[in-house]
Amino acid sequence: MIKNKKLCLFLLGFAAIIFVACEKLLPGAPAQNELLDGPVEGLTSEENSKFLAGDVAFNDAIFTVENGLGPYFVATSCGSCHAGDGKGHPFTTLTRFGQSDTTGNQFLNLGGPQLQNRAIPGYQPEQIPAGATSAKFTPPANTGLGFLAALTDAQILANADPNDLNGDGISGVPNYISAPFFFVPQSFHQPLNGKYIGRFGKKAAAIDLLHQTVNAYNQDMGITSEFAPAEPGVNGVPAYPLANPEVAVNTVLDVVFYLRTLKAPIQRDPTNENVLAGKQLFTDLKCASCHTSEWTTGPSDISALSYKTFYPYTDLLLHDMGAGLDDGYTEGIALTSEWRTPPLWGLGLAKNSQGGTYYLMHDGRATSIEDAILLHGGEALQSKILYEALSDTDKQNLIQFLESL
Amino acid sequence: MDAVYNRPFLQAGKMPVSLGGYLETNSSYFQTDGVTDGLSFQIPRLTVFMASTIKDRIHFLTEIEFEEGGREIAIEFASMDLAIHPLLNLRGGVVMNPIGAFNQNHDGPKWEFVSRPIASTTIIPATWSNVGFGIYGKYGFGNFVWAYEGYITNGFDDQIISNDQNKTWLPASKLNPDRFEESFNGVPLITAKTAFRHRKAGELGVSWMGGVYNKFEIDGLPIDARRRIDLFAVDFNSVIPRVKTQIKGEWVWAFIDVPDTYTQQYGEKQQGGYVDVVQPILTRKMFGWEKCTLNLAFRFEYVDYNVGTFNETGGTISDHIYAFVPGISFRPSAQTVIRANYQYQLQTDLLGNPPARTAGFQFGFATYF
Ligand code: HEC
Ligand code: HEC
Repeated sequence: MIKNKKLCLFLLGFAAIIFVACEKLLPGAPAQNELLDGPVEGLTSEENSKFLAGDVAFNDAIFTVENGLGPYFVATSCGSCHAGDGKGHPFTTLTRFGQSDTTGNQFLNLGGPQLQNRAIPGYQPEQIPAGATSAKFTPPANTGLGFLAALTDAQILANADPNDLNGDGISGVPNYISAPFFFVPQSFHQPLNGKYIGRFGKKAAAIDLLHQTVNAYNQDMGITSEFAPAEPGVNGVPAYPLANPEVAVNTVLDVVFYLRTLKAPIQRDPTNENVLAGKQLFTDLKCASCHTSEWTTGPSDISALSYKTFYPYTDLLLHDMGAGLDDGYTEGIALTSEWRTPPLWGLGLAKNSQGGTYYLMHDGRATSIEDAILLHGGEALQSKILYEALSDTDKQNLIQFLESL
Repeated sequence: MDAVYNRPFLQAGKMPVSLGGYLETNSSYFQTDGVTDGLSFQIPRLTVFMASTIKDRIHFLTEIEFEEGGREIAIEFASMDLAIHPLLNLRGGVVMNPIGAFNQNHDGPKWEFVSRPIASTTIIPATWSNVGFGIYGKYGFGNFVWAYEGYITNGFDDQIISNDQNKTWLPASKLNPDRFEESFNGVPLITAKTAFRHRKAGELGVSWMGGVYNKFEIDGLPIDARRRIDLFAVDFNSVIPRVKTQIKGEWVWAFIDVPDTYTQQYGEKQQGGYVDVVQPILTRKMFGWEKCTLNLAFRFEYVDYNVGTFNETGGTISDHIYAFVPGISFRPSAQTVIRANYQYQLQTDLLGNPPARTAGFQFGFATYF
C-alpha cells in the first residue's frame, strides 16, 4: 500500500505539473499586427456570425467536380489564391486576355476575359485565342476592403487630375465600368454616361465587392450563381447557361460581408526612428501622390465601418506606369499601361502568404520591395529617379517603413 | 503478421463462437495559434468482433466498428478463411488490405497514443478494407518466420483528387457508399505484402498496393486515360532485449497519376511515416493488479502530402506536417491501456508559409473486452 501511495502521489503530481504547464505548452496567438485575417473591431454578435459564415465559404469551401468545379478553372477555393487573406503566389497567378484598345473586350465570345488554364480530368484547359493580348494578375490581399468600399465616389474623384492641372506629372483617372445587371447603386455612386467608377482589381474593373466576388466564383473557379448563371466559355466555345446555380446567393452575400468586414492591416513598429524617417521620404519622393495614405469613411450600414480613418496608401485611381508595365491588355477604359494604385497596407506581411518570397506588382514580377520601386515608370518615373538618388541609409529607411505597413 | 487473429478474445476454449471487441475513449484539448475549441470528449470507436470455427480449418471472423458514437457503422473486416496448408490459406469477404502494418494492427488497445499515426491514416487510409479475395501463408525455419499475403479487391475512386481537403487525400475514397457493392472502374486493386520475423531481432514488412483509381470509360467510351495509384510501405517492429524498449514504425510512399492539366494543389507524390518508441519504466504489482506496466512513450511523425515543385517557380511545394507526441501509459493488463499524451504539430501549407502550430493534451483509455 505504501508503494501505491507514492505512485498515486507521483501520478497526481504529474497531472498537476501538466495542468500548470498547460498554458506554456500550448501555442499562443501571433500578435494581431502580424496577421491579416480577422474581423474589424466592433462588430455586433450578429455581424460576427455573418463574418464567420463568409470566412468558411471563403477559406474552407473547396470546389470539386461534385459541387461544380470547372470543368475549366484556375483554382479550387478563394482561400487557395488568397491564403490567409494575403497576397498570392505565381501558382495562382491568373491570365486575362482581350485586346489593347478600349472598345470593350472582343474575345468574350471566345472564352474571354479570363484564361481557365486548368481543367478537371478528361478536359483540356483553355488556350489564349489567336490575336488576343494578355496580362497576368497575381492575387492581391483582401484586407480592409470594406473601408475602401465605404468611400464615396466624390472622395475618389477629388484626387483625380486627368489633365494634370497641378503640373506634378501625376494625373490619376478613375476607371468607368458598365455595371452588371445585379449591381445596386448606392447613394454615393456617381455614374458617368451610365458607367460606374471601378475600385477593385488591378485595373479597377470591379465596381464593388459583389461584382468582384461574382466574377471570382465564375471566372476563377467555374462556379455559376444567380448573378452569373453561365459556365465560362473556353477554346472558342461561348459561355453556356446552367440550369441550377452552383453557389447559393446567400453564400455569395456572406462572402461579400466577410470581405467588407476583414480588418485593415495594423502597422508594426510605427514609432521606430527609421520607420519615421522612411515615412517622411515616402512623402518627399511623391510616393504619396498616388499611394494616398489617409482616408476617412462616411456613414455605413455597418457601424464598425462608419466614420473611420484608415491608412491604405492608395488613391484607387489609374496611373500610366510606363512602357515597362504595359502588357497590351485593357479593362474598362484603362489604357494598357495604366494600373490602379495598389494599397500598400500589409505589404510587410506579404511574404507570409506568398511562401516566403515577395511577388509584387500586378503580375508578381518584382521579388523585392526595391525591385517594385525600380519598376515604376510613366507618371511614377520621377519618384523612381528620386529613389535611385537616395543614400543607402535612406533607401533602407524607406523600405523599412514600407515593411512596417 | 498475424494481426487479425492476434486478439485476446480468440482464445482456445472460447471456440466455436466467440464475441469480443474493444472500446476507445478519450478527452482532448487542442489549441492552434491561440485558438481552441476547448475540451471535448470522444469515443472514436467501439468495435465488436465475432468469430467462429465452422469446421476444422474453416474460420469466420468479423469486425464491426461503430465510429464516432455510432454515427458511422462499418464492416471493417468480415471474412471466411480456409486453411489448406500453413503456406496456403484462402480468404474472401471484406478484408483489410495489408499495406504497411498499422492498417491491420489498428486496434486502439495495442497503442500507447490516443491519436492514430497521421501518415497511416491519411496517406494509407486506415482502416482501409475492401471486398475481395486473397491468399496468405507463412513458413517457419529456425528463428525465422516468413509470411506473405496477396489480395485483389475493389479499390479507390477519383475523390482522392477531388475532395474537400484540397489535396490528394486517399481517405476520401472511403466516402463512396457503393464501394462494397461495386468497383468504381472495374479494375481491381492489388495488395501484396511480405514480412520476415526473427524471434529476437523483430519483424520487417514490405508491401505494395496498386491499381487504377479513375473512371476512364463509360459505356465503353473512353473519357480519360487510365490513372494509377501505387503505394509502397515498409514497416518494422522490434524490442531491444533486456531494456525492453519497443520500437516500431512504418513509412509509406504514394504515387498518384494526376493529370498535368489539373491543379498542382493535388500532389502526385506523397510520403510519410512514424516511429514509436515505448519504454516500460515499471513492471510490477500496482494498485493490487499483478504485472502492471507503466510506459514512457514517444512518437515522431511526418507527412508530406505533395512532394514536388511548382511548375511556375520551380520552388518546393510544401503541404507537410511534423508532429512530436510524448506520452505516458499505464497498462493494468496487456489488454487495457490508460494513456496521456501531449502532441505538438507544425503544419505548413502548400506555398510554404509560416506553419500553423497546434498543440494539445489527450487523455483516454482503450481496452479489449
Ligand atoms: C485563381 C486565383 C483566385 C481565386 C480562386 C480567387 N481570387 Fe480573388 N483575386 C485574384 C486575382 C488575380 C485578383 C486581382 C484581379 C483583378 O485585378 O481583377 C483578385 C482580386 C480579388 C479582389 C479585389 C481585391 C482588390 O484589392 O482589388 C477581391 C475582393 C477578391 N479577389 C475576392 C475573391 C473571392 C471572394 C474569391 C472566391 C469567391 C476569390 N477572390 C477567388 C485571384 C483569385
Ligand atoms: C504615379 C503613381 C505612383 C507613384 C508616384 C508611386 N507609385 Fe507605387 N505603384 C503605383 C502603381 C499603379 C503600382 C502597381 C503597378 C503594377 O501593378 O504593375 C504601384 C506599385 C507599388 C508597389 C508594389 C505593390 C504591390 O502590392 O505589388 C510598391 C511597393 C510601391 N508601388 C511603392 C512605391 C513607392 C515607394 C513610391 C515612391 C518612391 C511609389 N510607389 C510611387 C503607382 C505609383
